[in-house]
Amino acid sequence: MEHMSVLERVVRGVLIALIVLFFLFPIFWIFLMSFQTNEDILRIPPSLFFTPTLSNYSALITGKLVSNAGTLDIAFMKNLWNSVLLSTASVVIALILGVPAAYAFARFKFRLGEDIAFTLLSFRFAPPLLVLLPLSLYFQQLGLTDTYIGLIWVYQLIALPLILWIVRGYFEDLSPDIEYAYRVAGHSWWRTFTRIAIPLAGPGIAAAGLLAFIFCWNNFVFALILASAEKQPVTVGALAFVTASGIQYGQIAAAIALSVAPTLALALYAQRYLVEGLSLGALKG
Amino acid sequence: MANIEIRSVSKEFKTGKVLDRISLSAEDGEIVAIFGPSGSGKTVLLRLVAGVEQPDEGRILLGGRDVTDQAPETRSVGMAFQNFALFPHMSAFDNVASALTAHKVPRDIIRAKVEKVATLLKIEHVLGHAPRELSNGQKQRTALARALVAEPKILLLDDPLRNVDAKLRYEMRLELPSLLKASGSTVLYVTQDYKEAMALGDRIAVLSDRDFAQIARPAEIYGGPATINVASLFGDPTINLMPVEPLASSAGQKIGIGGAALSLPPGYAHMAGKPCVLGLRAENIFVEDTASPESVPVEVVAVTPLNERTLLLLRTNDGREILASEAGTNEAPRRHGAAFARFDAESVLLFDPASGRRIAPQAA
Repeated sequence: MEHMSVLERVVRGVLIALIVLFFLFPIFWIFLMSFQTNEDILRIPPSLFFTPTLSNYSALITGKLVSNAGTLDIAFMKNLWNSVLLSTASVVIALILGVPAAYAFARFKFRLGEDIAFTLLSFRFAPPLLVLLPLSLYFQQLGLTDTYIGLIWVYQLIALPLILWIVRGYFEDLSPDIEYAYRVAGHSWWRTFTRIAIPLAGPGIAAAGLLAFIFCWNNFVFALILASAEKQPVTVGALAFVTASGIQYGQIAAAIALSVAPTLALALYAQRYLVEGLSLGALKG
Repeated sequence: MANIEIRSVSKEFKTGKVLDRISLSAEDGEIVAIFGPSGSGKTVLLRLVAGVEQPDEGRILLGGRDVTDQAPETRSVGMAFQNFALFPHMSAFDNVASALTAHKVPRDIIRAKVEKVATLLKIEHVLGHAPRELSNGQKQRTALARALVAEPKILLLDDPLRNVDAKLRYEMRLELPSLLKASGSTVLYVTQDYKEAMALGDRIAVLSDRDFAQIARPAEIYGGPATINVASLFGDPTINLMPVEPLASSAGQKIGIGGAALSLPPGYAHMAGKPCVLGLRAENIFVEDTASPESVPVEVVAVTPLNERTLLLLRTNDGREILASEAGTNEAPRRHGAAFARFDAESVLLFDPASGRRIAPQAA
């Protein structure tokens, strides 16, 4: 970095600015939209100058959507809470199941091991719509339709393979000798797993958990089919803004801003864990 | 009692058989150096004893207890891994202490023991550091401290000096024997440096080609190697090996080299007329300016002075090349050209060319 000429630094800065602009402009625009009335949004040509309004946010938070056609009840805050609950519970369960499984796949060679691991990964290939029809029939019979437990269970299709495969790679990168050294020192297999393997794979587990959380949060189609308004997350709840009297762009923008906030905050918080390279210097270079 | 007994153990990996029915036993308090070229299975053997790998067949007994099917944590051995295998997320102190925390030792005793062993190994000033902040030498000492701290009755050291610089290796080679003796542990010490094996081992077990070629005291291995292979693994420069055919004569068996006939020590009568390989170490060849009975006329082809000794490359009349070494360089530097080589007949070794085994002299 110190050895860059002025020209290089300028070019670098311009390129970074362009990339940031390209990726962040939609988010920036949505953020602006969330403070505009529908009339401002639909004006042609669009303008950066408008009278900001908090009406979109207040409608979302109070749950009363006032439009030309009258007042409409929306369950946005409930949906947001559903999203938090569903995603968090799904990731926690996927971590509890997936991390030991990932360790087993990384460390032990057993019959059908690779096949089982691949089958779990293949859940990610299957188009969700393909499984949804049979699944919704089964769920009706089992009484799982429109329950949190049912949704969390289905979300394992998203979270478990991700965690399993990402964390497995991290476990495979750990030198088995480090774990053996701990066991030779007299520690049980389980203590070695919790005191050595899990802390050393920590950054990987955090990354996989975060990614799984984002994928769960953004899921749309499972919740659309398997849950009613009462249990739906924000992704499905946003459909409520497409009303008989028109599409409420302002509220949609505000809803996006509010629903992106938790994942964004989580990503920013977890970032330092993701980049922390713990295993540096443990073995000979 | 903390003896180690390895009973006809075999281990095979996908790449092939590494150990084939090998046996070794170490007495209580004995240091056995396991020596062999890299890839000969030394590390695998150590890992079998630690319980980190499972043998395909055979039994392993520690202190008379069959531990073949026991988990590593139940074997109460101390082990230093070749790649150190320190825990990167723990300080050097916690790394060393990890051998004690498994056994519910009170905190102040842990602290005292860790500090004692750290002082012994001169790492007490870096105990608070993370492994990545340690130099290679400090890492090696931390790994060694971790193996020693619980005062295990059985200590397994996997080439602990391999990854440290030459100066430290030399120091540790001086310090380790007394350190290990003081610990009173039975030690298996893996190394691929014959000098280290000779300096540290009460006995040396030479591993080669999936089995022990010889297990004996260092002097025995150096003076009476079991095979050509063992003979050439020990010694610097490598032992001189020449195909010869002893001749029977009235004064005993003789060997013809470069036009001269050398007397063999008694006991080789049965070898007369049979081809064999003569082994002669460089330091048992004396290069002189004047002829003496049984000396061989040679030409000094190359002279390599190494501070404490000088290596000479000699060529005989019949074209054999022989390495000789002379102690000291104080005298006038040796000149190239004609000279006479006298062989120390007592230290002559004869090997069977087919099997590579040493031919022992027969009692008269």
